[in-house]
Amino acid sequence: MELFFQQLINGLSLGALYALIAVGYTVVYGIVQLINFAHGEIFMIGAFGAFATWTIMGRPTGSPVATSLLFILPVMLIGGVVASVAVAVAMERFAYRPLRNAPRLAPLISAIGVSVFLQELVRLFFGRIPGMPDAKSDLAFPSISGISGASVQMGGVLIRASAIFTIGALVLCTVFLWIFVDRTKTGRAMVATSQDADTARLMGINVDRVIVSAFAVGAVLAAVAGVAQGLTVGNIGFRMGFLAGLKAFTAAVLGGIGNIYGAVVGGLVLGVAEALASNYLGTTAWKDVWAFILLILVLVFRPQGLLGAKVVDRA
Amino acid sequence: MLEVKDLVVAYGRIQAVKGISFTVEQGQVVTMLGTNGAGKSTTLRTISGLLTPVSGEIWFEGKRLDGVPPHKIVERGIAQSPEGRRLFRQMTVEENLRLGAYTRKDTAGVKEDIDRVYDMFEVLGERRNEKAGLFSGGEQQMLAIGRALMSRPKLLMLDEPSMGLSPIMTQKVMATIADLQSQGTTILLVEQNAQAALSLADRGYVLEVGRITFSDTGKALLGDDRVRKAYLGAD
Ligand SMILES: Nc1ncnc2c1ncn2[C@@H]1O[C@H](COP(=O)(O)OP(=O)(O)OP(=O)(O)O)[C@@H](O)[C@H]1O
Ligand SMILES: [Mg+2]
Repeated sequence: MELFFQQLINGLSLGALYALIAVGYTVVYGIVQLINFAHGEIFMIGAFGAFATWTIMGRPTGSPVATSLLFILPVMLIGGVVASVAVAVAMERFAYRPLRNAPRLAPLISAIGVSVFLQELVRLFFGRIPGMPDAKSDLAFPSISGISGASVQMGGVLIRASAIFTIGALVLCTVFLWIFVDRTKTGRAMVATSQDADTARLMGINVDRVIVSAFAVGAVLAAVAGVAQGLTVGNIGFRMGFLAGLKAFTAAVLGGIGNIYGAVVGGLVLGVAEALASNYLGTTAWKDVWAFILLILVLVFRPQGLLGAKVVDRA
Repeated sequence: MLEVKDLVVAYGRIQAVKGISFTVEQGQVVTMLGTNGAGKSTTLRTISGLLTPVSGEIWFEGKRLDGVPPHKIVERGIAQSPEGRRLFRQMTVEENLRLGAYTRKDTAGVKEDIDRVYDMFEVLGERRNEKAGLFSGGEQQMLAIGRALMSRPKLLMLDEPSMGLSPIMTQKVMATIADLQSQGTTILLVEQNAQAALSLADRGYVLEVGRITFSDTGKALLGDDRVRKAYLGAD
């Protein structure tokens, strides 16, 4: 039983990470019907942005605990968010917007190009930025005292501080997202655009701006996920976005692509399923297999996802 | 107020509007008649900026309108209630009306105007928190008109507001348009229901496969034999 709860916690932490990234796929899809396959790289850029911020600040690590927690981490998060949002907005502007009216395959190919471009950019040029280490191989992510490596024991179940950070970040982000979508003018414009873009235009909504917001919102959450990943795993690398992105995309489809809360649920379900399956059904070497088997099963038996995809309503 | 000059609009290589010119003066109701596929919706969508003309010009209050993005056109004072109503069906009545006021910043005025729409259409006020998709066709049309009014447009464009409605509902919609007209609203009305639409109109245009074939006062068109034959089923 302890083992079960241990895997459940591990799964929720992993799932929270997937969920944070998955929101970006789903928000963009809901509005432009585009699978932004370069979104995994936005997550990677977030981690590198946080890393760079920490380096610029003179690599403050460890003690005293109070400063590190209250000061370093938020600043790193801001750095990561700024990097991710900037790249995501540029990506929309230069790689997708020119293809808005092109055949559906064109933006998909563009996405793959952007993905490779961003990976190579970090691999080849991150080290050329003054003060930054070479990123051709993995970099050790700064260990923040009180989070990295720390943990609490609860009745035989080990809860790592990084897991609490990740799950807490997801909860906070989901609440903010809900307020944003439900209460702000830009949020309402996003919902209207996802339901019917032309009619949204007739309401006076600047749809181009809404699309940029969608990319930006997804990038904010992806950057938070990038930091969470760094804290959890302890290192980051230019390739980290590939698998995480694919898993998060699976989570988005699982929850119902286009549905924000579906992405959150899909991420958590996928993380837990992965943790439990690799524990009970085989070695951890198989854990990626379970995720994609789940994806195939969902696509075959419930293509609209767990919570249902956005229903396009035209009169 | 609105002047359309030699407007040509195409979908790919197929021209849907083949060089039409017409004007709408302040305070007028102008009706555009035409059978299916004549190019009426294409014309309205082009005025709203959803389509870009191949050639020709659109002027509104002395300024060029073609090439201006749709959201700026709403800000300039043109609202459209599109064909098929196109409500945000999964949003409530009130949310739909608020989106109609998207370009406005005067919160108090928006609240007032929402109440005004509720006064005009009581059902909408009584069921303001219900999803728009749950309403009958006629009620949805009222909401679509109300939503378009929320931006306080100088020019209101209505694309086939009587489409799919029962004769009684059609009458109600036409009465609403007559009310708006008496309040001085400038309206460009696209209709297939010729009798009602022409009797309201200060001016009417008949569009046939992308070209304007008749234009005159509403009354004169109602009395014109050729128009009667083609659009009023008279012989
Ligand atoms: N999205 C589109 N792509 C290609 N052709 C189109 C498109 N929309 C309309 N058309 C064509 O353009 C022509 C004019 O269409 P439009 O919708 O403007 O007619 P309409 O007068 O509004 O007709 P209706 O009374 O049926 O609404 C038609 O021949 C139609 O088939
Ligand atoms: Mg039409």
